[in-house]
Amino acid sequence: MFKKGVRFDFWSFVGLLSLIFFGLFLVIPVIRMMVFSVQTGKAIFSFDNFARFFSRKYYTRALGNSIKVVSAATLLVMVIGVPLAYITTTFKIKGNRLINILVIISMLSPPFLGAYSWILMLGRNGEITQFLNRLGIELPSIYGFGGILLVFVLKLFPYIYMYTKGALKKVDASLGEAAESLGYHGIQKVLKVSLPLVLPTILAGATIVFLRAFADYGTPYLLGEGYNTMPVIVYQEWVSETGANAYFASAVAMIMIVIAAVVFLIQKWITSRKNYTMSMLNPIQPKQLHGVPNILAHAYVYLIAILATLPQIYIILISFRNTKGVMWADGYGFSSYINVFTKSLSSILNTFEFGIIAIVIVVVLGTLFAYLTVRKTNFFSKILDVFIMFPYVIPGTIFGLLLLMTYNQPPLVLSGTAIIIIISYVIRRMPYTVRSSAAILRQISPSIDEASASLGYGSMQTFFNVTLPVMVPGVVSGAILSWITILNELSSTLMLYVGRTQTMTVTIFQEISRGGYGPAAALSTILTLTMITSLLIFFKVTKSEDIDL
Amino acid sequence: MAVAIHIKNVMKKYEDNVVIHNLTADMQPGELFTLLGPSGCGKTTLLRMIAGFNSVEAGTIAFDDQVINNIPVYKRNFGMVFQNYAIFPNMTVYRNIEYGLKNKKLDKQEIRRRVAEIMETVQITQFKDRYPNKLSGGQQQRVALARAIVVQPQVLLMDEPLSNLDAKLRIEMREAIREVQKKIGITTVYVTHDQEEALAISDRIAVMNKGDIQQIETPESIYSRPYNTFVAEFIGHSNRFLGIVEGQESGDTLIRMQTGLPIRVKNVKPLARGTEVLVYVRPEEFIFTDEQQGMKATVLVKRFLGKYIHYVMDCGTGEHVEVTADTSSAERIHQPGETVYLGVNVNRVNLFDKEKETTLLEGVESHV
Repeated sequence: MFKKGVRFDFWSFVGLLSLIFFGLFLVIPVIRMMVFSVQTGKAIFSFDNFARFFSRKYYTRALGNSIKVVSAATLLVMVIGVPLAYITTTFKIKGNRLINILVIISMLSPPFLGAYSWILMLGRNGEITQFLNRLGIELPSIYGFGGILLVFVLKLFPYIYMYTKGALKKVDASLGEAAESLGYHGIQKVLKVSLPLVLPTILAGATIVFLRAFADYGTPYLLGEGYNTMPVIVYQEWVSETGANAYFASAVAMIMIVIAAVVFLIQKWITSRKNYTMSMLNPIQPKQLHGVPNILAHAYVYLIAILATLPQIYIILISFRNTKGVMWADGYGFSSYINVFTKSLSSILNTFEFGIIAIVIVVVLGTLFAYLTVRKTNFFSKILDVFIMFPYVIPGTIFGLLLLMTYNQPPLVLSGTAIIIIISYVIRRMPYTVRSSAAILRQISPSIDEASASLGYGSMQTFFNVTLPVMVPGVVSGAILSWITILNELSSTLMLYVGRTQTMTVTIFQEISRGGYGPAAALSTILTLTMITSLLIFFKVTKSEDIDL
Repeated sequence: MAVAIHIKNVMKKYEDNVVIHNLTADMQPGELFTLLGPSGCGKTTLLRMIAGFNSVEAGTIAFDDQVINNIPVYKRNFGMVFQNYAIFPNMTVYRNIEYGLKNKKLDKQEIRRRVAEIMETVQITQFKDRYPNKLSGGQQQRVALARAIVVQPQVLLMDEPLSNLDAKLRIEMREAIREVQKKIGITTVYVTHDQEEALAISDRIAVMNKGDIQQIETPESIYSRPYNTFVAEFIGHSNRFLGIVEGQESGDTLIRMQTGLPIRVKNVKPLARGTEVLVYVRPEEFIFTDEQQGMKATVLVKRFLGKYIHYVMDCGTGEHVEVTADTSSAERIHQPGETVYLGVNVNRVNLFDKEKETTLLEGVESHV
């Protein structure tokens, strides 16, 4: 086939494929956006867009709002999540496993559903608000800074909780004992030994929280009421009624990407300087607390778990309420579900169709790319590694915009197709699968590949016979995250959908926007149940009770 | 079946870092050839070049007459045993061993027969349905060996196969490997940093340092007649003394060691009177003697090790001198502080050039 000395094998092919894939759907769109951001309709090159952004209060206020609410959320999330992780790993808490699963579920449901649920409870016409009003109690408004913060914190603290718990599980119990033998105990021990060891991980979690909150479009859109944030601005500029301005939207998007990238790089830099390796022999064994501390610990854990799950449960409950038009009616029944299945069946089917196609591609490419980045370290695989992780810093709204601006004109017109939505899902949700597959691959000695080669198998056969089977657990635990987050994807779909390609999340979002709370609740419940079912199947198959972030 | 391996003028570099400069060696058909050296000496790199995991930047590697430089790994027909065994964790013992055969278009009957036979040879038949995580290190090692040789490769490569085992198991497996290798008669290249292992297992040893082969010889010769001081110090222990050539007498060379002891050494290359040389004496080559025939030494440390006694002594050279004596032949055990007189077994001492640090004895060659 190929001449001697030319080392073109299966992996060269995969490498080429990855470069084409990311080149088309990441590099070219990003370059296009960069170019757009320094152009106006008239000028080939100018900084007018940036000048306009920074000179108008409307925009600078949105930037300030974003940074304020996202920073506040990140800090609060650490204040809540770190103690929760510490308490649940160090002390015996009744119902620990159930709480863990509840927290995972609340983490994996899309933020805007939380916003929607809290509006129904605490909004102007919210049930709790009305109930308290009757008692003469006025609640502070849920709209604006406070409400967005509430939703962000309850939605995102699980990331810190999961990350910290994962790190604490890797801290050897004897380190704590050593600290005690040297005279440190109680809170001192925690602050001097445990906390510094897990700090890099907490920072990594905090970065994810920051980036997710910064990118979130649904929550500020629903709860902002004038409290604009950056993703809202990008969306508005793009679909502006006074004429879409792709150039200005690109400039705003670039500002967001730069901020996100800076935060991401700072975290990487700090983590790379503080990276501990620990010999792990004895994991921390949870201790039984007694008396008041025991009650306090339980109260704290339960309160957080209830607050985090409340929105989900509330949505499930009201999905069975009868409706009359867009209004609630008395009694309970399946009217919302009947409504949904007659009117919105196509969006349900779309979600599953796009989701299944996307997850198959994610798993296939993710596994191959993970192998490439771990085992074939060269210049190209390092670039590939950057490409794969890039979606972390690109908010969904902006990623949708990127694809749309590039592929809405010849030579390749993809706008309005299902393909463009699937591509967006694949690129945005692949990092979970790649990361987790790469993690397991790093633990497997490359010599098993070499052993297979020495026994006469080529690189492709070796991969499928030996490497892949060993990677499966890592691939599966990454794929479950990819799958659930694909189902929940809203922000880029919102940019990319047309009537035919509407998904469940888009329909829910539209229903909420126009006040159709019944169908929204029914669809959300279907989504939540799909997610829970997927998780339970995952737990059953992998015999685990946790997911790895 | 067994092939010779010819390595000719090979060079290996990683970017600008040359790891192997210009290395030539030949392995005879059927022999167990060991690459021995400190870590970083290039021994594993060379082994992986033979396997094809590392590219060859210059020179040739051939199995018999066939140059294999450009033959991809999976077509080279060799078996390899890895330092960490590299047993496929997703397959049972039986499947692991069968894996290489399934690729060879044999009928099922034949595959089953050969797997059964090799499992018998390495004594793992009883574990055939177990997964690797249920096997001990020694058992995994046996599986790795069986998997490598069941395909009847031309060459067997072993990369520090025993370094992850405990001391007792290491000796047991060493014997097992040696026995199986001889039985099959397969040309084997064995990499280790453990000199005792190398001495026990090898037909010939190549001692490597900094990417070059220092000497290729049988275990006995390499121990008793090292080519240079590196080999003398790397294999076993040697005490180093300075000496001055005092003349020749009926073909023997007369040397006075710096401690004042005169020695008479055979088979020395011609040396001018007054030449300074290095005299290397192994700890077991000292003779306890009297004041007239020996050099004065003070016992600093005594360690009784059962079979023999180990002393650290001061011979006035400023360096510690290590001396061992057989417990059975020792007249008595000397205590620290005692003064003794030591002679040396002149037939067993080695002389080296003071500058080049290579041997001054006739007939001792590096290699090739």
